[in-house]
Amino acid sequence: MSLYHLQKFLFELNRGELAQEKYRDDLPGLLHEYDLTDEEQAALNAGDIGLLYVLGVNGQILMHYAAFLGIEWFDYLNMMREGIKKHGAVRDGVYAMTGGGSSFTDEEKNR
Amino acid sequence: MSLVYSGVLSHAPGITGRAHLVENIDKREEFYAALEQQRQDIAAAGTDALIVIAAEHFANFFMNNMPAFCIGIGDRYEGPIEDPEWLAIEKQSIPGAPDIGLRIAREVMQTVDTAYAQEWKFDHGISVPLHFLTPDYDLPIIPVNINCQGPPLSPLHRCWAFGEALRRACDSVPEKIALVGTGGISHWPATPDSGKINEPWDRDFLDRLMRNDKEALLAYTDEETYRNAGQGGFEIRTFIAAAAAAAGLGDLQFYTAELPIFAVGCTVARFDIV
Ligand SMILES: [Fe+2]
Repeated sequence: MSLYHLQKFLFELNRGELAQEKYRDDLPGLLHEYDLTDEEQAALNAGDIGLLYVLGVNGQILMHYAAFLGIEWFDYLNMMREGIKKHGAVRDGVYAMTGGGSSFTDEEKNR
Repeated sequence: MSLVYSGVLSHAPGITGRAHLVENIDKREEFYAALEQQRQDIAAAGTDALIVIAAEHFANFFMNNMPAFCIGIGDRYEGPIEDPEWLAIEKQSIPGAPDIGLRIAREVMQTVDTAYAQEWKFDHGISVPLHFLTPDYDLPIIPVNINCQGPPLSPLHRCWAFGEALRRACDSVPEKIALVGTGGISHWPATPDSGKINEPWDRDFLDRLMRNDKEALLAYTDEETYRNAGQGGFEIRTFIAAAAAAAGLGDLQFYTAELPIFAVGCTVARFDIV
């Protein structure tokens, strides 16, 4: 478990245009610069929002990453819910899901 | 001259980025009108520079070196760091107020050990407020941050002391300074619980805030806040600092829990400066 390094990767990607370029051109090379577990590397290689959420990535970091990947808002919320279903409860960090995976907005329910 | 305005407002990214998804259009427009009133109040006060006390979300500060408090003294800032289409705010170059910021930082340091920064990339936590409060980006901005994101967080009583220090600092410069604290009340942003709002908790907090009741405002523990108001509730720190700076009673101009698509109880308020 290296949540610190995993979040640091995303923090630097979110705010840095150079890191974003390298992400597009050479993701394995960029990942190599961080002290990540195999599971974390796989999650980043796949852009697996659900697993990253379960690993404990702060939503304020994950949300920016999802936007960078072009993931639409309601899909982003669903990916986290699916991640919980598949991988179980959030393992680390400050977030724990409290709502049992249901939506809190009419806008999403009425889709 | 002095602190000429102190208020609070919400900053959730949905306020701009998900505006097109809102079903309750009337409520959204009422909220935007309250923000426009806040812009007018700040302009009418003859503001030379605007301090934005933010709760930034890992755009600049990270757990490698996390300041409890930070004051921006840069020439210019850039933002938002988010995808402009996602946030529905174009990337901007925003004027700073380095000279005023430096004098304010020096004065604050007499009582609170604030960090300072000449570089700062704004995220939605500042970019959304500026979108409404200075849409032409012609008002010099002094960004200020309180650590509301990466525990251990700045203790509430230190946020109060920081607000008082900012007030003393504003009163020590000849320019007219306005200040806004921007945070959420209860919310679970960017999580599967996005849209959840604890309205009774919000209203109780806002009651304490409008009374500017120091003891009641500082009585929360982080455990309680997390349980009742989510991790977004930690951002009450910015509201508390704005109340401490003003020292007067609050006027709640707008609050609704009826726009959960914005993922926060949307709030606009101002304080008497006494
Ligand atoms: Fe926030």
